Amino acid sequence: MSTTATRVIVTEDASSKRRLLRKQRPELVSRPGQRQRARRETAAGYAFLIPWLLGFFGLTLVPMAYSLYLSFTSYNIFSPPKWIGLDNYIRLFTADPNFMQSAQITLIYVLVGTPITLMAALGVALLLNYRDKGAAFFRSAFYAPSLIGGSVSVAIVWRAMFNTDGPVDSGLNVLGIDLGGWIGQPGLILPMMILLSVWQFGSTMVIFLAGLKQVPKELYEAAEMDGANAWRRFRAVTIPLLSPVIFFNLLLGLIGAFQVFASAYIISNGTGGPAGMTNFITVYLYKTGFADGRMGYAAAIAWVLLVVVAIIAFILFRTQKSWVHYSGDNR
Amino acid sequence: MTISSSSPNALVQLENQVDPDPKTSPARRRVKRKTWQTVIWFIGLITITAVVLYPLVWLFVSTFKPNSEFGQNQGLIPNSPTLDNYAKVMEGIAGVPMGQFFWNSFVLAALSVVGTVISSALAAYAFARLQFKGLGILFAAMIGTLLLPFHVVIIPQYILFNNLGLVDTFVPLLLPKFLATEAFFVFLLVQFIRQMPRDMDEAAKIDGAGHFRVFWSIILPLIRPALITCAIFSFIWAWNDFLGPLLYLTSPENYPLPIALRLYNDQTSSSDYGATVTASFVALLPILLFFIVFQRFLVDGVATQGLKG
Repeated sequence: MSTTATRVIVTEDASSKRRLLRKQRPELVSRPGQRQRARRETAAGYAFLIPWLLGFFGLTLVPMAYSLYLSFTSYNIFSPPKWIGLDNYIRLFTADPNFMQSAQITLIYVLVGTPITLMAALGVALLLNYRDKGAAFFRSAFYAPSLIGGSVSVAIVWRAMFNTDGPVDSGLNVLGIDLGGWIGQPGLILPMMILLSVWQFGSTMVIFLAGLKQVPKELYEAAEMDGANAWRRFRAVTIPLLSPVIFFNLLLGLIGAFQVFASAYIISNGTGGPAGMTNFITVYLYKTGFADGRMGYAAAIAWVLLVVVAIIAFILFRTQKSWVHYSGDNR
Repeated sequence: MTISSSSPNALVQLENQVDPDPKTSPARRRVKRKTWQTVIWFIGLITITAVVLYPLVWLFVSTFKPNSEFGQNQGLIPNSPTLDNYAKVMEGIAGVPMGQFFWNSFVLAALSVVGTVISSALAAYAFARLQFKGLGILFAAMIGTLLLPFHVVIIPQYILFNNLGLVDTFVPLLLPKFLATEAFFVFLLVQFIRQMPRDMDEAAKIDGAGHFRVFWSIILPLIRPALITCAIFSFIWAWNDFLGPLLYLTSPENYPLPIALRLYNDQTSSSDYGATVTASFVALLPILLFFIVFQRFLVDGVATQGLKG
């Protein structure tokens, strides 16, 4: 403990103050041996961090800065980047209907799909929490899709299942509903993509279930004694105590949903169709940067994505105070 | 929620039919009510299971359907089951046998595990156990990259690897793994190491052990469960990865399974449904087997560490 205290004082105070302090509170000021040990620990710390530091600076931070620079240029990989100022961004927001549509469907997918997934996950978690015996089997069974949901295989399966005369279409026909294949229809493909993400509710559910297990039983009993019905107990006990878990799942769910790529790419055969309705921001970025080779423009799309994700994370963290209850002190 | 709303009615009916005796004790009635709730609970969950697992069952069954049955028979029983699809898939596509795609996937996933586990454990030890200048800022930066969408760096990373002449090799896919860029794993291990008591570290240090010795002989054995969780997840993520190989691998003999599947999906989907679906199933098989063997480990890993699949 004394080492941390020492560091704070040594770094924050001027050397004259340090001399004074050494006279008054000798135990707080570093002795030569201690300082040497701290130096050795700093060296060890950076030595252990070498791979991470290389990755962070070489593959994340510097590339991000470079991509910010590229976003102000016109660049294909063959000729050097040409500075064009804000042109890429201006074009994105004023003259690129494909981008506007892409942003719109991505936002719908994220803002509709994530809450539905969370609600499904919470509902099933509540159901599983009702009883311990037998729950482990269902927990594993529901978890399986989230392990494979982003894979190409599953995208191919969904394509086959929702195609014309596929199982879903023929099943609905039996019920007298004739929607046709979902894959080719602009109005149905986005709901299908959302269904695919809801299908992967399992990992979120497992986290909810772990949270539910932590809610003290006495609280429910006390609420029941006070005459609270099931809904009231859910609103007044479960939701507040679960709010940190809800926050965590919401944050990761939203950020993850922005990054959906493989399923949209495979289901649309790389086109983002029909009528651009699977042209999520990541697909549009890929097509612009790598199929069309307009890397400057694609870098601008990437930065817009980054800023939007950052804004959403910021809003979530700001609203956290009003609805997330960390009960560390009274538990 | 279906339980609480529907069970009272079921209970009333049950009592009217089976047990009209007014002398039935409330305790017995409660037991009976509990039993019925449990039955409905099981029925509800089995229904959800059927819906959730239906696509996978459908996939498995479809691998035995001849091409002519696609679009005709959507049921779960093939009319004339056949193994032709498997034979066709093993031959491969684009002149590359299926075994090669499998091998590529395996090499990528296995080396990803090695790189991720080593580099993440090293970084996690520094973040969790050592005190040094800049620790706070670097740790915050690591947490920041947790939330960073990977797509923001694909363009500059591609330019970098392209300039180094490394496109169409495995290096661009593996190097990031050896440099701990998957912050999730670093964070998970940091959390795990922080839970470990410091007594053993301190004792070893008093006996003269250096930091590497402490890391190697004390911390690593202690965090083995977390390392296994990291290994399993990094294997599965690498196995499923699509965007990375799509960007960097251009010749078919370097393709891992997801990109090979794309070939089936693009070229033959209209004519050869059977092969496409079967190839998808074969590609999923290792993950499904992994899941069946390690399910408790995986699910508990998610429950305790908040890892997303």
